[in-house]
Amino acid sequence: MTGKRLWSWLAVVLGGLYFLLPLAGMVDFSMRMKRGEYSFEAYRLVLADPQFQQTFGYSVGLALLTIVLGILIVVPTAYFVRLRFPGLRPIVEFITLLPLVIPPIVIVFGYIRIYNTSSILPLTGSWLGTNILLLFGYATLSLPYMYRSVDTGLRTIDIASLTEAAQSLGAGWARILTVVILPNVFVSVLSGAFLTFAIVIGEYVFAALLNVNSFGPYMVWMGGNRAYEPSALAVVAFAITWACMGLIQLFTRFSKFSTARR
Amino acid sequence: MTTSAVSLPAALRPRQILNWFGVAPFFIFATLFLILPTLNIVVGAFRNAQGEATLENLGKLLSPSIRSAFWISIELSLMTAVLGCLFGFLIAAAITLGGLPRPLRNAILTFSGVASNFAGVPLAFAFIATLGRLGFVTMLLRHWFGINLYGSGFNIVSFLGLALTYLYFQIPLMVLIITPALEGLRREWREAAESLGASGFQYWRMVALPVLWPSLLGTLALLFANAFGAVATAIALTGSSLSIAPIVLFAQIRGDVLNDPHLGYAIAFAMIVLTAVANGIYILLRMRAERWVK
Amino acid sequence: MAFLDIHQLQKSFGALRVVKDFTLGIDKGEFVSFLGPSGCGKTTVLRMVAGFETPTSGAIRIDGRDVTGLPANRRKIGMVFQAYALFPNLTVEENIGFGLKVAGEDKAAIRKRVGEMLELIGLSQLGGRYPFQLSGGQQQRVALARALAPRPQVLLLDEPLSALDAKIRVSLREEIRRIQRDLGITTIFVTHDQEEALSMSDRVVVMHQGVADQVGTPFEIYNRPATRFVAQFVGTLNLIDADLVDAAAGRIRLGGVPVALNRSLPGQTGKRISLALRPETVALGRKDEGNAVVLAGTITEVHFLGAVIRIRVAVEGGLVSLDTFNQPDRPPPSIGTPVEISVSHRDLLVLAA
Repeated sequence: MTGKRLWSWLAVVLGGLYFLLPLAGMVDFSMRMKRGEYSFEAYRLVLADPQFQQTFGYSVGLALLTIVLGILIVVPTAYFVRLRFPGLRPIVEFITLLPLVIPPIVIVFGYIRIYNTSSILPLTGSWLGTNILLLFGYATLSLPYMYRSVDTGLRTIDIASLTEAAQSLGAGWARILTVVILPNVFVSVLSGAFLTFAIVIGEYVFAALLNVNSFGPYMVWMGGNRAYEPSALAVVAFAITWACMGLIQLFTRFSKFSTARR
Repeated sequence: MTTSAVSLPAALRPRQILNWFGVAPFFIFATLFLILPTLNIVVGAFRNAQGEATLENLGKLLSPSIRSAFWISIELSLMTAVLGCLFGFLIAAAITLGGLPRPLRNAILTFSGVASNFAGVPLAFAFIATLGRLGFVTMLLRHWFGINLYGSGFNIVSFLGLALTYLYFQIPLMVLIITPALEGLRREWREAAESLGASGFQYWRMVALPVLWPSLLGTLALLFANAFGAVATAIALTGSSLSIAPIVLFAQIRGDVLNDPHLGYAIAFAMIVLTAVANGIYILLRMRAERWVK
Repeated sequence: MAFLDIHQLQKSFGALRVVKDFTLGIDKGEFVSFLGPSGCGKTTVLRMVAGFETPTSGAIRIDGRDVTGLPANRRKIGMVFQAYALFPNLTVEENIGFGLKVAGEDKAAIRKRVGEMLELIGLSQLGGRYPFQLSGGQQQRVALARALAPRPQVLLLDEPLSALDAKIRVSLREEIRRIQRDLGITTIFVTHDQEEALSMSDRVVVMHQGVADQVGTPFEIYNRPATRFVAQFVGTLNLIDADLVDAAAGRIRLGGVPVALNRSLPGQTGKRISLALRPETVALGRKDEGNAVVLAGTITEVHFLGAVIRIRVAVEGGLVSLDTFNQPDRPPPSIGTPVEISVSHRDLLVLAA
């Protein structure tokens, strides 16, 4: 018993070292811009950089749009598949898992080939088209996470009874989805949304290959040209990831609390 | 459930047609932005510039530079997948079966959720800041222990450095996936085995590992695909000095190397085949391993 | 000395004392049930015998050998769990052969023994199936065979029937008892179901708050409960109030009627006491024999259960339930009827608090 516990502690401590040292290194390096003292100089420079403000703002906006698009696509699908087309379930699940199997770089390569300037749908030809393509690309990347969290949420509520109850009160489909179903799976949707945000905000390959100057390519450019700022950027990115995961935990716990009180 | 009494085939009843509108956007979206692009690559890999069927593109994959890029990629993905599984399993076992305090388990799971998503460019920066020439740990080792890491031949811009970096998201992913599986091992199985005279080792070999096997295999395949498709981390860490398959493809698409889109198709196709094979092997092994479920 | 000797066993989890000073000797081949509500410590005692919990103090000896500190895998004990606990990745045959394989027996011997065990439980056709393909009753029989295959010295059954349907429960308990008799294996059976405990056991141990309240044959436990808890937990019981007039001489006053029981009674002269009586010992009407107490009352409830009619009568001091047999030519009495009921003196149980 004590031997087992000793080994467990050893595994956790060694793992902890491996996972905490890079974080320590990142924070340490980001604060060493001024010789001989710790300072927030790198952060100040990064935050004041107009390029940073512009690319970061763009990526945040795009992430939010991706979340909205993802909800619009995934929630009705998951709902109708559960309620009306249980036979489609394996197919839909298979499709939603594909982005985990097909490397993202291959998917974006396909976009460039299909939607180039000489195709029927020349999305890459215009500023708007490129942005739309990137948006749909990110929605594709987030599909596995979004679908799984929404579907898990739907499983915990009795959507058949809720739907029938709403129908008997005269609600139409749009109303059922927005007023009855969505609020009930809100927490699951949120956890999918925060995960999507964390993935999209620093994404590099799609943006770089579609020639969009978002936060990901900006970070790589900084990595190639500056010494201390990249670490500051990494700290910011890590903080965003933490915030997203923390919010997921918070909302999940909050929802458990509210259902327990019901 | 359908209220209409019309005896049309179920799929054509008005209510059901309406339902199809609910799922149609998904299928249109998936076709346009997931399936067609992928199919385009697959078909393109078997066509030449004139649109004729050919195997020439795939033949180009055998050139030494591309073959070695794939080989390094496979080695890297396999190694980080196996090590990720191993270390992730040890940590998951420690927090589920090791008698550690419960809050520690929750903290580690939360951290794993963060770390498994902390991939890409920032992760590379963190490792450069830690194990780079002037990195935190490099300096620490030199000043405190007198060890010259770079003098001993280590470089973060290398296979080993990349593997170390990849493990940062591979291990937590394994922890996240395998912890529920470990918690699904019932205490009674262990006790039944013990009362039948089995040692701890025998219990693990004959019961626990076979029960976990499908989950382990699945995670291994997932980690392989995860590492194989990771481009951003590699580019941010190594620039293009380490030639792995996704970086070669990246350069190909950018047109940096040689302007032969059909070679790009072939590389992309080979990448799909590899991840598909990894997942196929997984599905096959899982079916074999799970005879006892169905 | 008994074959399985449990001596002054105690177990605490933190400040909580789950088992307090438990002593019991079980003879070779005996079938003993631990009966009690959940949380009474019966499962903890069983798990200490199995070696899954370490006693805080006390000793366990099997066949003269002290096994208190021995790990579970060296105790030669067969265990059957409530939720089957078959290994899901092994077939029925492999499950049954597990203990033999672990012990390093050769393949032919294992196959022979597994065949015997399958025959014993009547599932010879299902040896190649996986646990998920079996019903609950079949799974539990396989679990029994698995526990018995390595020829353990002691068989422990931890509520093996409570996950099963009522009908299967009855047939399986008969089968378990038959197999246990055939093999002559010393067995402890933990249950919270008094019917199971009474019908299967050579002896029953009624446990309450970590203590064995009474140890005895099912007949003794039912008819001579030692404590109020045993009387209430085992079977249906009527409790009515009475006054203790003279403890030593055995005189009480029941519903205003003086009754001489002619035996010394527990309790203090002059106090209110509780009298316990089983429904089947109470007769409707006046008994002919001289040694009976007759009480007047009114019928408040009539439940027609088929063969038995349970009637509830309000008498001074409380409500009394009594059972009469159905007679086709006589309809049950109606509610509100004034009646007399009678109980023989020897059936009046005076309980220690």
